[in-house]
Amino acid sequence: MSEKKTNRRDFLFTATYAVGAVGVGATVWPMIDQMNPDASVKALASTEVDVSSLTPGKTITVLWRGKPVFIRRRTEEEIAEAKSVKMEELKDPEKDEDRAKNPEWLVMLGVCTHLGCVPLNDKGDYNGWFCPCHGSHYDISGRIRKGPAPTNMTVPKYEFVNANTIKIG
Amino acid sequence: MKYFTKFLIILIFLSSNVNSYSAENIEYLKTDWSFKGLFGKFDRGALQRGYQVYTEVCASCHSMKYLSYRNLAEKGGPEFSEAQAKVIAASFEVTDGPNADGEMFKRPGKLSDKFVMPYENVEAATAANGGAYPPDMSVLIKARSGGADYIYSLLQGYDEPPAGITLDEGVYYNKYMYGNKIKMASPLSEGIVEYSDGTETSIEQMSKDVTTFLMWTAEPHLESRHQMGFKAIVYLIILTILVYFSMKKIWSRIETEV
Amino acid sequence: MSDQEYIPKSKFGKWFNDRLPLLSLASHLTDYPTPKNLNYWWTFGGILTFCLITQIVTGLTLAMHYIAHADMAFESVEHIMRDVNYGWLIRYIHANGASMFFLAVYIHIFRSLFYGSYKSPREIIWIIGIIIYLLMMAAAFMGYVLPWGQMSFWGATVITNLFSAIPLVGEGIVTWLWGGYSVDNPTLTRFFTLHYLIPFLILGLVVLHIWALHVPGNNNPVGIDIKKPSKDTVPFHPYIVIKDGFALLMFMIVFAFFVFYAPNILGHADNYIEANPLVTPAHIVPEWYLLPFYAILRSVPDKLLGVIAMLSAILILAALPWLDTSKIRSAVFRPLYKQFYWILVADVLILGYVGAMPAEGLYLLIARVATAYYFLHFLVILPVLGLKEKTLPVPLSITDPVLGGSPNIAMAKNKESLSQ
Repeated sequence: MSEKKTNRRDFLFTATYAVGAVGVGATVWPMIDQMNPDASVKALASTEVDVSSLTPGKTITVLWRGKPVFIRRRTEEEIAEAKSVKMEELKDPEKDEDRAKNPEWLVMLGVCTHLGCVPLNDKGDYNGWFCPCHGSHYDISGRIRKGPAPTNMTVPKYEFVNANTIKIG
Repeated sequence: MKYFTKFLIILIFLSSNVNSYSAENIEYLKTDWSFKGLFGKFDRGALQRGYQVYTEVCASCHSMKYLSYRNLAEKGGPEFSEAQAKVIAASFEVTDGPNADGEMFKRPGKLSDKFVMPYENVEAATAANGGAYPPDMSVLIKARSGGADYIYSLLQGYDEPPAGITLDEGVYYNKYMYGNKIKMASPLSEGIVEYSDGTETSIEQMSKDVTTFLMWTAEPHLESRHQMGFKAIVYLIILTILVYFSMKKIWSRIETEV
Repeated sequence: MSDQEYIPKSKFGKWFNDRLPLLSLASHLTDYPTPKNLNYWWTFGGILTFCLITQIVTGLTLAMHYIAHADMAFESVEHIMRDVNYGWLIRYIHANGASMFFLAVYIHIFRSLFYGSYKSPREIIWIIGIIIYLLMMAAAFMGYVLPWGQMSFWGATVITNLFSAIPLVGEGIVTWLWGGYSVDNPTLTRFFTLHYLIPFLILGLVVLHIWALHVPGNNNPVGIDIKKPSKDTVPFHPYIVIKDGFALLMFMIVFAFFVFYAPNILGHADNYIEANPLVTPAHIVPEWYLLPFYAILRSVPDKLLGVIAMLSAILILAALPWLDTSKIRSAVFRPLYKQFYWILVADVLILGYVGAMPAEGLYLLIARVATAYYFLHFLVILPVLGLKEKTLPVPLSITDPVLGGSPNIAMAKNKESLSQ
């Protein structure tokens, strides 16, 4: 068999393998993508909450994307306490102003950043939240102060649709 | 290749066999459906007009329970803008709840809501329509063996009953209905809706539009199916050719013919 | 080749192979000596393996979204079709995959009938194949019930009612199958469970089917025993692999055509109407691949005998290796059998056709004649033919068309008849 012939055959086989591999990849993708959130789940990405009945110092928990969201109407003292914390005392430094656009309202995902448990209200060493699973303490701004959790509780995207309604997502 | 021909003949036999399921063979009215064929796509205008006919005419009796308002803005559908779809959704009153007091309440529809049903349940729909349940329209086209042609013909098939056929109260004569008797009065009449794009509102035009719309509700991914199908088949043909020549090469090592 | 002990080259390979001889198995599979004259009808074994894997993979992904509950099954299928990413594609592949699977299995079975692949020493392969076929029918039937449309519901009602034909215990068995007094939610959930289980049983049987095949080796179009390995054989890889691959791609083009351009043509429109226990569809028919047996069932006017006839039509195949008395395997060298073979093919197609038609008048008469002929073929024609038929001379090897000195017309005719 001549040199040239061998090359052509090699090219043919390589091309066949390459084209075949593309097809396998294109076939595998739908099987993987079907496990991603479907269109109906994505459509439920936002939820509106009526907060008119919430008095200062109270927290309500609402469900958003299957997870709890804490909405706390903070008292003047709580706001002052949250603002007074020095950045160097924090494990994950973040100003209270950046977490609560309107300082009276704190809206955050009620999910401990350690391993996903739901922290308890008005508990812990910092007058905020306490996660019973592995003992993470959060302050009144939802920032991690003590315990294994690495970061502050997440603030989701939200907006006030009107004075009484918060739209999360 | 003879082998392949034979294979195809068997296939054709089988599919003709399947097609002959329908007991009666009626000639349906024909029209040029934009969604037929290898590259078939929906006519956006027809879908939007068809949606109008559905909401203004059909929806007073026929539910569409598997569709959501968000579908109206999705690719491959009527493709209303998201803002338009939101306005459409908000024009419907949706029952939600229970609220914190445990009560159900009404609110304007959102994109994620399902199409509002005209009746609470099947029984209510049946009772309100003289004992005949107006079928849900979500997959209606696929649920009738004549498909789009059947619905298109049915809408235009109302006629005076021929001599010898007597109709009970609330029963109408339709050339294309199975058994020719239908409990739905002719739903369309000239000018029953007013199209904003100035298309004439003849019965034929409205039938075509609403049937196109129903085809989409039954097969919302028809366009991507056609597009993907073409790519897949072209790809398979290319790979088949490559494999064919690879096979010839490999088998040329021994004297036997493949 | 496969007869020699395989010794891995690397040290680790040897260590591993001594403990679990996977490498020996791989070597056996790649070197497996295959008759070099296999035609394209032999590629359907590989195609069927592809079909089974496709059904299992798409089935698993569908099961992630499907809800086996009478109130929610139909809706969950619509959810798959509308909202799940590529859900429509996966469902259409699964639904049409069942039809393609049966198309392939029928070709596979009729290939075996033509070339006498069921005969000694391959009876066990054949019987395992019949069991796989029966399980396929069970899986397909239960799968058709899952969307909970009108045909699902009434198909389930009609088929489960077949068991009521059994004297004395029939009614009890039907109630037991249903888990109630009609086809309802308990029926649906158990059908889903079994529909999920059966493909894995089939997978296990396929391993046995192939194992049993690898003991005597493949039959071939000439139908003679060959020496392995010899110049009559080629190693499975790459020769047969690439040929099977080519045929599989051709098959996939047809498959893709159905999935993308005619996904509902093989199904029934009534199955897009949600199940309603109060209304029976005007015309109940099973899926096309069960039609011949449905025709046999309906052609017998007695309930119990009809069921027995239908079951016998399948089970009689298991006795085929002993009903066919001919020593010659391939129909190529059996001129009379070849005629009867094609009559049988036509008979089964006719049964399929009348199975789709209303059971009345001329259709019923045709169904009865065709049913009678079906049994006649296996019970009378085959045993007698094997004893009386004058066969053509058979060559001694595939490569050398020599049959004790006489010129071999059969070999030339062989190629012709395959592409007929």
